[in-house]
Amino acid sequence: MGIESRGGSQTRPYETRPYTMAELMVTAAAREINDGDVVFVGMRLPLLGFQLAKSTHAPSAVGVYELGITRDSPAPEPIFTMGDLPNLYRAQWLADTADVMGLLQRGGVDVSFIGGAQVDRFGNLNTSYIGGVEPGKIETRLPGSGGACDLASLAKRHIIIMAHEKRRFVPRVDYITSAGYGDGPGWRERVGLPRGGPSAVITTLGVLRFDPESKEMTLSSVHPGVAVKTVLDSTGWPLRVSPNLTQTPAPIQAELDMLRRFDPHGFWTSD
Amino acid sequence: MPSSKLLTLSEAISRFVPDGSSVTMGTALESFIPFAAGHEIMRQRKRSLTLIGPISDILFDQIIGAGCVSKVRAAWVGNVITGSAYNFRRAVESGTIEVEDHSNLTLAMGLRAGAMGVPFMPTRTALGSDLFKTNPSLKTISCPFTGDTLTAVAALVPDVTIIHVQRADEYGNAHAWGNLGVTREACLASKHVVVMAEEVVSPEVISSDPNRVVTPGFRVSAVAHAPWGAHPSPVPGYYNRDHQAFLDYQRDSQTPEAFANWQARWVDGVRNSGDYVALLGEERIAGLRLKKHALAEAVDYGY
Repeated sequence: MGIESRGGSQTRPYETRPYTMAELMVTAAAREINDGDVVFVGMRLPLLGFQLAKSTHAPSAVGVYELGITRDSPAPEPIFTMGDLPNLYRAQWLADTADVMGLLQRGGVDVSFIGGAQVDRFGNLNTSYIGGVEPGKIETRLPGSGGACDLASLAKRHIIIMAHEKRRFVPRVDYITSAGYGDGPGWRERVGLPRGGPSAVITTLGVLRFDPESKEMTLSSVHPGVAVKTVLDSTGWPLRVSPNLTQTPAPIQAELDMLRRFDPHGFWTSD
Repeated sequence: MPSSKLLTLSEAISRFVPDGSSVTMGTALESFIPFAAGHEIMRQRKRSLTLIGPISDILFDQIIGAGCVSKVRAAWVGNVITGSAYNFRRAVESGTIEVEDHSNLTLAMGLRAGAMGVPFMPTRTALGSDLFKTNPSLKTISCPFTGDTLTAVAALVPDVTIIHVQRADEYGNAHAWGNLGVTREACLASKHVVVMAEEVVSPEVISSDPNRVVTPGFRVSAVAHAPWGAHPSPVPGYYNRDHQAFLDYQRDSQTPEAFANWQARWVDGVRNSGDYVALLGEERIAGLRLKKHALAEAVDYGY
């Protein structure tokens, strides 16, 4: 059908590194899935992350999609949305949103993936309003929660995937669409959330995790070629750096081969 | 026998979507989106509608752009493969529409409460979020049994739910297969249901497989034959998603002027599904048709 990549060129920057930043991010996301996990798969990059994990190190993972799909095999052809017909083909279960959300609510989902426009030091995520919520104070209206609020509220852990820029990594989000750790330790329990919280933030610069005590975001690894200073300069608060800082492992060839099968034209994975 | 509910889509929208009504669409999320009904709403210049739905992909953005909407009660309004929806952004940022911010689960629970005839449904989602600030249909309550803090979602009772399905009979009994999202709750919660179908078939075809009936025909107000009526969203068994249309729409909705041109061509320049299919053209239609069929085993309802 001649789907082109969005905007930019379709070429991959082989001259600098044999993979794109998006491929690295999807691979990092896939590696957060353990074999046997029940995964609530979000729209866009996570679609690819699940396909990759399922086809490499996590063959027993089960994918759950908010529109009412459960899969225990990768979709047989590339998909752009979770409703694309290959994602229905020989699914394990086709059902209702309330069914799969019920599974999530009762604690049956190990890990979920969400994207965001704005995130803060405790992993609270905003995909709704930049500026205020009153007419006249709204600088930018974003699409909203979709299922993200539910995944952040109810999964055993969730992973955030987003671009790492100072305007996006802010001390306090303008609006909490999807709760992280609120204002710190004990907050999720106080507001009544049954479990969970963000376990990682995968960005265009590195991977961040949350300190078990303070619940504060901490730089855990930097992507190959990225300086720690770049990460700090792109974060809107004094970011803590893990004493065990590592480099994000690059995708291996088998992962890249699989990714390019699922995204042959680089729609999601061009830089 | 009951009387036939078969109407043209134009008659169905004219009769069951009056100005000021609340309309649920896009209940299967990315699939089965009733674009043809939305376009008919735009052509008829409906006003002051409340749109209800989980995610609407680009349909809500189109209806908002045509000036038909005063309020949206939804979890997400955008373009699934590209991100923001520009008419929605412009309308919210300029204060011309009101938004009640749901999540997919709170919207499902609101419709389920409506379907079950209770004032609210409890859920554990959204606690601690700011959805409570921009959605008066959400309140926290204490569970009378456990004392747990819960989110109560007020019942949603739409005036009309419009769904697109694979096939229906003229009495409103409809088969849908695939992922159904919040379709079942939405139909049961609504005062009226309008069914758009790829094919209108005999009642015997539908009653041969009652498990596949999406909502009982006696609650359906109108049935409209609307081939390709969900394009560019996919319909299992009929056609694939037309990704290029969603990419094109991102460009065609970026400014009010571009959107006006888009609407003139794809909505106002079209009278019915025949015109729409002709405008799509044979090559594009052929590219979207199924390339691999996968029939299910038949089941036995004998006695």
